[in-house]
Amino acid sequence: MADQGMLEQHVLENDEPLLIAESLSKSYGRIAACRDVSFALYPGEVLAIVGESGSGKSTLLQLLSGQLAASGGHVSYRMRDGVTRDLATLGEAERRFLFRTDWGFVHQDPAHGLRMAVSAGANVGERLMAVGWNHYGRIRDTASDWLTRVEIDFARIDDAPRTYSGGMRQRLQIARNLVTEPRLVFMDEPTGGLDVSVQARLLDLLRSLVAELHLAVIIVTHDLAVARLLSHRVMVMKGGRVIETGLTDQVLDDPREPYTQLLVSSILPP
Amino acid sequence: MTAMIDVADAQKTFTMHLQGGIELPVVRGVTFHVDPGECVVLSGPSGAGKSSILKMIFGNYRCDSGRIGIRHRGTLIDLATAEPRQVLNVRRSTIGYVSQFLRAVPRVPTIDVVAEPLIAGGMSRTDAQARAGSLLHRLNIPERLWQLPPATFSGGEQQRVNIARGFISDLPILILDEPTASLDAANRAVVVELIAEKKRQGVAMVAIVHDDEIRHLIADRIVDVTSFAAAA
Repeated sequence: MADQGMLEQHVLENDEPLLIAESLSKSYGRIAACRDVSFALYPGEVLAIVGESGSGKSTLLQLLSGQLAASGGHVSYRMRDGVTRDLATLGEAERRFLFRTDWGFVHQDPAHGLRMAVSAGANVGERLMAVGWNHYGRIRDTASDWLTRVEIDFARIDDAPRTYSGGMRQRLQIARNLVTEPRLVFMDEPTGGLDVSVQARLLDLLRSLVAELHLAVIIVTHDLAVARLLSHRVMVMKGGRVIETGLTDQVLDDPREPYTQLLVSSILPP
Repeated sequence: MTAMIDVADAQKTFTMHLQGGIELPVVRGVTFHVDPGECVVLSGPSGAGKSSILKMIFGNYRCDSGRIGIRHRGTLIDLATAEPRQVLNVRRSTIGYVSQFLRAVPRVPTIDVVAEPLIAGGMSRTDAQARAGSLLHRLNIPERLWQLPPATFSGGEQQRVNIARGFISDLPILILDEPTASLDAANRAVVVELIAEKKRQGVAMVAIVHDDEIRHLIADRIVDVTSFAAAA
């Protein structure tokens, strides 16, 4: 019975977008990095933004996550209290709080998302302290829980990430982001720069965490295999514009636009 | 009776932009329906568009015009015009697809690959694994393999894992894309049995099968796809 109730609630919640982008644009002088991008992201939905370097996908991610001010358009987000607000109207403190609690950001280079000189446990615990946790034992327990979930040996909890391998660092960055149970996680090429075997393991881990935690994710990637494995929906960008969008398997198996066909046909067969 | 699948005048053309924009007509005027408890087999020579039609019904290929009607939780939804979110909902609770090849997830054990659709539908892991186990048994996948990821299995074994995954759920519509290709006689017989059970449960199925004997055993109706051939 309890399950039934939860399920219904899920359905209700899913009916309202978590994040809405309306005619987002960004220009640097005369160069338009991002033009007129609009979409709605729902809870638990994984959206991949694909395109080659220079297509505007990273700029878009920065706009969506409020790290860059848009030249035009709006981003609104449904806060935990259920009120949808324009990100531009949030104060700096509110925005930072959002980033520490309800949002995560996984950078391509873990060194940008971690503090390399403090222990792994502290890297994870720090996010909890930022939201007011102050009981050392509980923080450490939760941190070690999360290290286990991302398959990092408990014995390494007191080591600093600079002693970790690339794959471990990336998993630690993920644990640090997820420990506060965010509803939305931005990811910028999270598997870029990793060995193929390490990539596969990370993708697998991301895939199961995203499903288990019912996370909404906006992931920027140039790797269509990553988009296929992780995302429900994909937006193809070129020259700052979204040129094609739809269900991931539909766009990849039945691409319509010339540029998308080129991208898809450029993948080496497995 | 209310049809579960109701395709009307569906048309599909590929435009190959990298080949100078050449137009490749696939099918047109595709019209047929599938009732609950019925297995419709698509027939026609290779290249006639059978697989494309299956993919259109699953929402994997887009449809240029016409309707792909799917009865989803009691209402008819047109997948040709549905939003991505709707298509995903339909796939979660209405349509299953059993393809020829397993798109293996690298490290997931076989038993979990099979149990996953049930767990995603809210069943407990233990119950889902028990059902997965009994299906794997029936499909002659030895228990010592269950904890291994299927990536290293033989083609036939992978296909049987895929069949188990496809048949495990209680979805009211199943799409079967050559489910018995590369299976031996004993396992083909198991698949025929599974299909018969699904019919008794009222599941609507569309299938492609090349084996005449199997087609004879499972088909309630045959739809000849050559009549939908799109003249170039």
